[in-house]
Amino acid sequence: MAVHLPDTVSAAVDRLAAEPSATVLAGGTDLMVEVNDGHRRPDASVVVVNRIPELRSWRHDPQTATVTIGAAVSYREMLDGPLATMVPALAQAARTVGSPQIRNAGTLGGNLGTCSPAGDGLPVLSALDAVVELASSAGRRSVSVGDFMVGVKRTALEPGELIVSVALPVVDGWQGYAKVGVRNAMVIAIASACVVIDRSHQRVAVALGSVGPTILRCPDAEDHLAGAIDWSTFDIAPRDLDRFAELVSAASRPITDHRSSADYRRHAVGVLAKRLARRASSSEAAA
Amino acid sequence: MTDEAMGHDSDHYVLHVNGDEREVVDSWLGESLLDVLRDRLGLLGAKGACEQGECGSCSVMVDEILVCSCLVMAASAVGQAIVTIEGIAAPGSPSDVQAAFVDAGAVQCGFCTPGLIMATHDLLERVPAPTETQIREELAGNVCRCTGYGRIIDAVQQVAVSRRGGVS
Repeated sequence: MAVHLPDTVSAAVDRLAAEPSATVLAGGTDLMVEVNDGHRRPDASVVVVNRIPELRSWRHDPQTATVTIGAAVSYREMLDGPLATMVPALAQAARTVGSPQIRNAGTLGGNLGTCSPAGDGLPVLSALDAVVELASSAGRRSVSVGDFMVGVKRTALEPGELIVSVALPVVDGWQGYAKVGVRNAMVIAIASACVVIDRSHQRVAVALGSVGPTILRCPDAEDHLAGAIDWSTFDIAPRDLDRFAELVSAASRPITDHRSSADYRRHAVGVLAKRLARRASSSEAAA
Repeated sequence: MTDEAMGHDSDHYVLHVNGDEREVVDSWLGESLLDVLRDRLGLLGAKGACEQGECGSCSVMVDEILVCSCLVMAASAVGQAIVTIEGIAAPGSPSDVQAAFVDAGAVQCGFCTPGLIMATHDLLERVPAPTETQIREELAGNVCRCTGYGRIIDAVQQVAVSRRGGVS
C-alpha cells in the first residue's frame, strides 16, 4: 500500500491512470468509517486529494452568474460567507450535515462520489441543475448532476476519473433545504427536500433526498407550483400548497428500512416541500 | 510539495504532534490517526469509541481544524500540525477550559472529556461569546452519557465570561 499526496489535478489523475484500483481520499468521513469497520482495506494506493489547491477553492464568475466549488471544499466553508449568500440552500444543507467535526472534514466531492440517496448536498445540486467537472489523464469532461448520479452509491465516474468541481448557477430568488431525522445533529436524513424559486425565469425546482434510489426531481410538482405562484405578490393559495405536497409525495419512491418506513417518508417529504414553499412565499413577499 | 516528495509507500513516516516530530514505524498505512496516536505514539488522551465520527471523543486539531482523528488516515496527515489534548496544557497546569470543566462538575466518567475540551477550545476561538443554542449546536458532535450536558454548557459559559474579564 502507498499513500500519495499530490498537489495538482494532473499529478492526481496520472496516479489514478497508473493505478485504476487506487482509492481516492478527501475528508475521510465515508472511507475511514468503512476502513475502521473492516469493510474496506485499501491495499493498493490511496490518493489524497484534499491538498490540491484547485479542489480546495471556489470561484464566482459574475458574467455567467456561476459559482464553481472545488470537490475538496468542506461543508464548513459553505456555512457562511459569500458561498452561503450565493447558494443559501447549500449553506442550509451543510448546516444539517453531521457535527462541526464532520463538516470540517466532509467535502462536496465526497458527497457526490459516495452518492448516497441521503447525501445532504445532493438535493441542492440537483435542484440547481449543477454541472460536475471530471478529470482524467485523457482530459476533462462535464456531466449534469442528474446524469452523474446513477443509483444508490453508483455514479457515472469512470475508472481513473477524479471529481474536480461542481458548477452552480447563482439564482435570483428564494431557495431552501429541509430534512427530517431523529435529532438535529449527527443524523442521516429520513427524508429531505430542496426548493428553488427562480424569479427571473418564473420557474420552480424541487429535488428530494432519501426517498428513492438517488435524488429525485418532481416535474409535476415543480410545474404546479410555478403555475400557482402569483409572481408579483408570491402568494400561493392553500389548496395549491396542498396539491404541491401531494405531487411531491407522489413523485417519491421510498423504501422501508431500519431508519424509517416508506409511508412515513412519502408523507414527510411532502410536508417538507410544502413547508419550504410556504417559507419561499412569505420570504419573497417580504423582499 | 510534489507527489514524490510527500507521498510514501514505506511503513515509516513522520507526524508533527504537539510541536514534536514523531516517527511512526511498523504501522499499516491505512491506520486512522486515532489508532496511531494511541497505539503507536502512546498518546492516550484521544479516546476511541464509535470509530465512525459520531461521538467526538477522539477530537483533535489538524492544521487548526477540529476533526475526528478516527476519520483521518494518519499517513495523510504528514506535514500537518496535529494538536491533541496532551498539547493543550502541561500536566498539572490545566487550561482555563479544563479548569472550568472541573469547577462546573462537567466531568463525570471523563471518557468524553478530552474531546469536549478540544471542541470547546475550538468553539471559543471562533465564537468568544456563544449563546446556549450556539454551544449546543457547536458541541453536538461530542456525546456525553453522564452529565446531561447542563454542566458542560455551564463550564463553557464560565470560560467565555472569564475570558471577557468576568463581564457576562
